[in-house]
Amino acid sequence: MTNPSQNRLLWTTVFALPVLFVCLALLQKNIDARTRSASNQQEELLLRSPSVMKKLSLGYDPLLADIYWTRAIQYYGARVGIPGSQFDLLWPLLDFTTTLDPRFLTAYRFGAIFLEEYPPVGAGRSDLAIELVKRGIAANPDEWHLNSDLGFLYYWRLQDYQKSAAAYLEGSKNPKAPPWLKMMAARVASKGGSVETSRMIWSEIYQSTKDSNVRKAALENLRGLKAQDDEAHLDELAENYKSRFGHYPFSTRDLRDAGLLPGIPVDPDGLPYLIGSDGHTRLDPRSTVKIPSVMAIQPR
Amino acid sequence: MSAPAIEISGLTKDYPSGFWRKRMRRSLDDLSLQVEDGEVFGFLGPNGAGKTTTLKLLMGLIFPTSGTARIRGRSIDDVAMHRDIGYLPEQPYFYDYLTARELLDYYARFFGYSAGERRERVERFLDRVGLASTAHIQLRKFSKGMLQRAGIAQAILHDPQVIFLDEPMSGLDPVGRREVRDIILELKEQGRTVFFSTHILSDAEMLCDRVAVLVGGKLQGVGSPNELVSMQVTGMEILFELPEGCALPSVLTGRAARAGTRYRIEVPEVELYKALDLLRDSEARILSVQPLRPTLEDFFFGLVNREKSANHATEVETR
Amino acid sequence: MSASPIALPGVVAVNTFREAVRDRVLYNLIFFALMMIAAAILVGQISIGIEHLVIINLGLSAISLFGLIMAIFIGVGLVYKEMEKRTLYSLLAKPVRRWQFLVGKYAGLLLTLIVNTSFMTLGLLAALLYVGHGHFGGPTIPILVAVYFILLELALVTALALFFSCFSSPMLSTLFTLGIYITGVFAQDIRDFGEVTGKSGLGAMTRVIYYFLPNFHNFNAIAAASHGDPIPVPLIAQNTLYAFLYVTVILLASATVFSRRNLK
Repeated sequence: MTNPSQNRLLWTTVFALPVLFVCLALLQKNIDARTRSASNQQEELLLRSPSVMKKLSLGYDPLLADIYWTRAIQYYGARVGIPGSQFDLLWPLLDFTTTLDPRFLTAYRFGAIFLEEYPPVGAGRSDLAIELVKRGIAANPDEWHLNSDLGFLYYWRLQDYQKSAAAYLEGSKNPKAPPWLKMMAARVASKGGSVETSRMIWSEIYQSTKDSNVRKAALENLRGLKAQDDEAHLDELAENYKSRFGHYPFSTRDLRDAGLLPGIPVDPDGLPYLIGSDGHTRLDPRSTVKIPSVMAIQPR
Repeated sequence: MSAPAIEISGLTKDYPSGFWRKRMRRSLDDLSLQVEDGEVFGFLGPNGAGKTTTLKLLMGLIFPTSGTARIRGRSIDDVAMHRDIGYLPEQPYFYDYLTARELLDYYARFFGYSAGERRERVERFLDRVGLASTAHIQLRKFSKGMLQRAGIAQAILHDPQVIFLDEPMSGLDPVGRREVRDIILELKEQGRTVFFSTHILSDAEMLCDRVAVLVGGKLQGVGSPNELVSMQVTGMEILFELPEGCALPSVLTGRAARAGTRYRIEVPEVELYKALDLLRDSEARILSVQPLRPTLEDFFFGLVNREKSANHATEVETR
Repeated sequence: MSASPIALPGVVAVNTFREAVRDRVLYNLIFFALMMIAAAILVGQISIGIEHLVIINLGLSAISLFGLIMAIFIGVGLVYKEMEKRTLYSLLAKPVRRWQFLVGKYAGLLLTLIVNTSFMTLGLLAALLYVGHGHFGGPTIPILVAVYFILLELALVTALALFFSCFSSPMLSTLFTLGIYITGVFAQDIRDFGEVTGKSGLGAMTRVIYYFLPNFHNFNAIAAASHGDPIPVPLIAQNTLYAFLYVTVILLASATVFSRRNLK
């Protein structure tokens, strides 16, 4: 049997609690928005040493690895694409993740790509990327994917085709590895730096990963490579045009009208290419396609 | 006539018991009684009878399964009711890091006195219960008797109209018990109502205007001690001595209790003179002849036994 | 004569504070915290140039940790002890409502924590002055705001401990309170984890947990304090409001539970 004051209290609570929780949820949303939009979002690591963390973890390593991995993703996601972003903590977060769980393969793949990519897509530290992947190979000698990633790193950012081929070759020795690794080794050794080879590598990465971030980066690079290829092709046609008509074409329309092109070529964004007065093809300024900066160094 | 001081109506309390807490144990069963203003009312019963349960229900420490109660016309749900009542719990325990003075001062603050009045009351009641000299000592160092006194002081320092005491004499030496008795009588003189539970029947007999007897959670009887126990004489008690060498009359042998040369027998009133004649013939020396009246204790044990036999369904040997 | 109903929680609060003060546990913790800060000074000698950073990090972490220990340690006994020892018997016989008693106990412990934290903060500032040779080495406002946030955090933890104290033993209450605290600290990670795994059911569930649990990570401003970054005033207001609302939720629940409790 309950008395009136008990009932009063119960009903007050029953009605007030949902209201209060809704207010709290809204407030929390606000707080989150505010702390995310802070330009220097503070991320602090409690410890600086992953090996100390491993000792302190009391055996909960895999769980902590998950936490650090989640933090790494969140850290990355909050910064990618925002001009002026720095990714100073990406390496330590991945360092922690892989120290606590050396078999965290996704982290190695993620690190390989996003540690070497330049800001605002990544940290721009290919040296750290290589160190990460090498560590991964040491802990997981059976995972040929990691050899392939190492090959990619040497090839793409460092343009060390010898070391890249060696990495692919090493990976191909694994009986489980598909045959294209061997083929890639040969290709890199002989035709390192060509657009075609780069395309093959990024295609492989795109197909073999489920991580949406990695796929996005691969796609961006593939689009850039396509544009690079198109530009090279159009430059040749421009030279051809000049030799015929004595001046460079003003636009791709001229090339079409001259019968050199079946139609108006567009970049992966759907915008037509522009031809400069010096005969060099370039992208429409409105295009979101980005020529990979490494490739820009390549001589024509 | 104003409302009764205490009015209990059908008060029942069940406790869940058993391993899965599905069975209900009824610790108080449909208690109804009334206490008038200015009465000293005793609440008697063996341990586990439900006395403390009743008091806890009245104080709002536990909640009734059914039934109601009013004190001075106010429901026990009403927090304002507590202004008029004082309560001494059984084997009280107080904040042992406080001194007696601090304890009373703390409790006094719940009544909204001015600082001066509070101070005055605290000192007055410390003095009244005899704690004036030890008021600065922390309660953790208090003896049982001293705690009991502190307990009484906190129960009455706000001059409540109705005072509830749960086993106020327990653990006290004879001096302490007399002091408590005096306080109860003083409260009665002041026109206050005192409701106290006890299993010391002689105290109840001496102090109470009326008593209620609770056994096994059920009310067994309410009335003045005299009402409950008839004035009827149940027999006569003879104390006598037999000189050395003299034998007890054979007809009395089985019924005499003996301690050294002294004997005691009880005989029905009608047989008194016959017994005296027998004893005179035996040259016994009569020490005393007294009528026997049933005491509250007899009544009490009679009830307890009746309850037990009702529970065990065995026959009770009657005298 | 009548006592204002608002005053009664205050009466209980003062007594609760007095109990904590007379309980020597309190003094030991302050001593411990001061020792920690002294140790920080030594660490500062080893890593030159960042003594300021280390002391603030270490000091604020110690203040938070010891405050937490105290809040839980004393909090889980707030109501339980009075029920167990039956001191509540004589108290509830007075004209006081059960919720007033609860609010009073809460306020008393909170007051104790505020006093305790204040002393420790003074110790921290003193350590900074010592290491900075008479200067604080950076803005002090962020430090004070960080301490304020710690107090908000402690207010929440105390309320939780009080809630469990109404119906469960100290050991269980400690487990529950600590469990909720740790979950609340990692609430963001739990939510992110649910999103990252991709399964929509899990993501929705972790989101609900996120908004339902007290988010203790909101109150962590230690990094900002050690780097001297200003903490935006609207955030201070929001955190205060969050703590206030959540504490209200917990106290309402506690009052409801306690109002129905049959004392042994």
